[in-house]
Amino acid sequence: MNAAMTTGEETNFPPARPGPQSAPVRTDVPAPRGAAVAPKTAVPALAIRRLCVYFGANQVLKEVSLDIQARAVTAIIGPSGCGKSTFLRSINRMHELIPEARMEGEIRLFDQDIYNPLVEPVIVRRRVGMVFQKSNPFPTMSIADNVTVGLRLNGVRTRSVLTERTEQSLRMAALWDEVKDRLHAPAISLSGGQQQRLCIARALAVQPEVLLMDEPASALDPLATAKIEDLILELKRDYTIVIVTHNMQQAARISDFTAFFYLGELIEFDATRRIFTNPAKKQTEDYVTGRFG
Amino acid sequence: MIHFDQELASLKEQLLIMASLAEAAVNKAIKALVERDDDLARQVKDQDSALDRLEIEIDDMGIILLSKAPLASDLRLITVAMKISHDLERVGDEATTIARRSVELSQEPQLKPYVDIPRMARMALEMLDDALNAFVHGNPEKARAVIPRDREVDLLNRQLHRELSSYMIEKPTTITRCLNLMVIAKSLERIADHATNVAEEVVYLYEAKDIRHTGKGQDQPE
Repeated sequence: MNAAMTTGEETNFPPARPGPQSAPVRTDVPAPRGAAVAPKTAVPALAIRRLCVYFGANQVLKEVSLDIQARAVTAIIGPSGCGKSTFLRSINRMHELIPEARMEGEIRLFDQDIYNPLVEPVIVRRRVGMVFQKSNPFPTMSIADNVTVGLRLNGVRTRSVLTERTEQSLRMAALWDEVKDRLHAPAISLSGGQQQRLCIARALAVQPEVLLMDEPASALDPLATAKIEDLILELKRDYTIVIVTHNMQQAARISDFTAFFYLGELIEFDATRRIFTNPAKKQTEDYVTGRFG
Repeated sequence: MIHFDQELASLKEQLLIMASLAEAAVNKAIKALVERDDDLARQVKDQDSALDRLEIEIDDMGIILLSKAPLASDLRLITVAMKISHDLERVGDEATTIARRSVELSQEPQLKPYVDIPRMARMALEMLDDALNAFVHGNPEKARAVIPRDREVDLLNRQLHRELSSYMIEKPTTITRCLNLMVIAKSLERIADHATNVAEEVVYLYEAKDIRHTGKGQDQPE
């Protein structure tokens, strides 16, 4: 459960703004190959600098630096244990929920330092939504209540707003047509693929700027997977998406940029088409062609 | 990865078989011309179907391998193999054309000793051989070096064309023979073009750079 769903005091950290993000026009040509940092657009959605994450004495991420472009899909690939999920969770400060977790370095969300001591993690988690591998709708709640739980926890009570936002979010998640006649049915009555889209709708309802997805389709059949992938391609028009995936062909299908991690380090980061047709590093080539180890 | 690697090796092997058949066909066709050997020419024509079959087989293998969603250098190898096989099949067709025309030429007395055509054939075959060796040995530099040589073959073809045209005007009884020789020279010029294509594909395979249509072995603007 995304721990953003608690009421908290607003700090000086500005709230999320709905609609199109304040991001420049996207270019398709990244920086010189091999650079750890992505294209030099004016303001990247996420600017990560020398990120290190420790669990106790164990260093899980080592000096990771890259820019995540706004309104694009960035895929994070790498073998198990390479730090992909830790990287994702550090973007919305969820690793802080793990005891003995510690980070160093800087992460800026549209040029605002999300680790500034004055910033509440819950605020970050509202601007940076997350969808998990195993869909987790609240089992005791209806479909509609699942969508609006974040809003209601943030104090939104007006029925018309909730209704409107429910429909809007479910439409954005390509689920509206399938559930509009049974919004009060239990969420667990939905299929696996539908539940996952419901979780996406729930994340979208609080109008985040960035959507993090940790292997969102790995538990789904090919048809449901295709629907999620199509949805991601639609969503990237308005949202910045970072997706961890084990499926290289999926990354090749839906992402604009791909970052390859290994043993906690960022090995290569480039336009997806280059990573999958002609990677610069032999390690990347070995991994994407399945000849690793 | 063992199975997939074996399948890739098998694809490469088929391509190399095709390459040696194509080169042999051209060699034989030129030999048939120079030695006025109709039996040899007939062999070239009969053996062309082997090249056609191999092109189809390589395409089939390629599609099946692509359906396994290969990436990076595997992906480039498969697409390049499919393209090279097409060029080799066309080389085989040109060899057949040369063989057919040499049979026609052997029906009449030889105009003069063949000097330029064997020379063109040598140049074109060396280009093809170098491009294919570059493929086998992973040597894109060697492949790049093939491309400028195409111009020489083009110039020689044009020169021959001019000479044969003058000859035909002076001596109309030689027209049939001159036209056949022009066709043979044109076929050799096309073989050099196909060798150039193969060289460009080899550069793409090993460097992931597309140097097609630049004429000088240079990269496309990105």
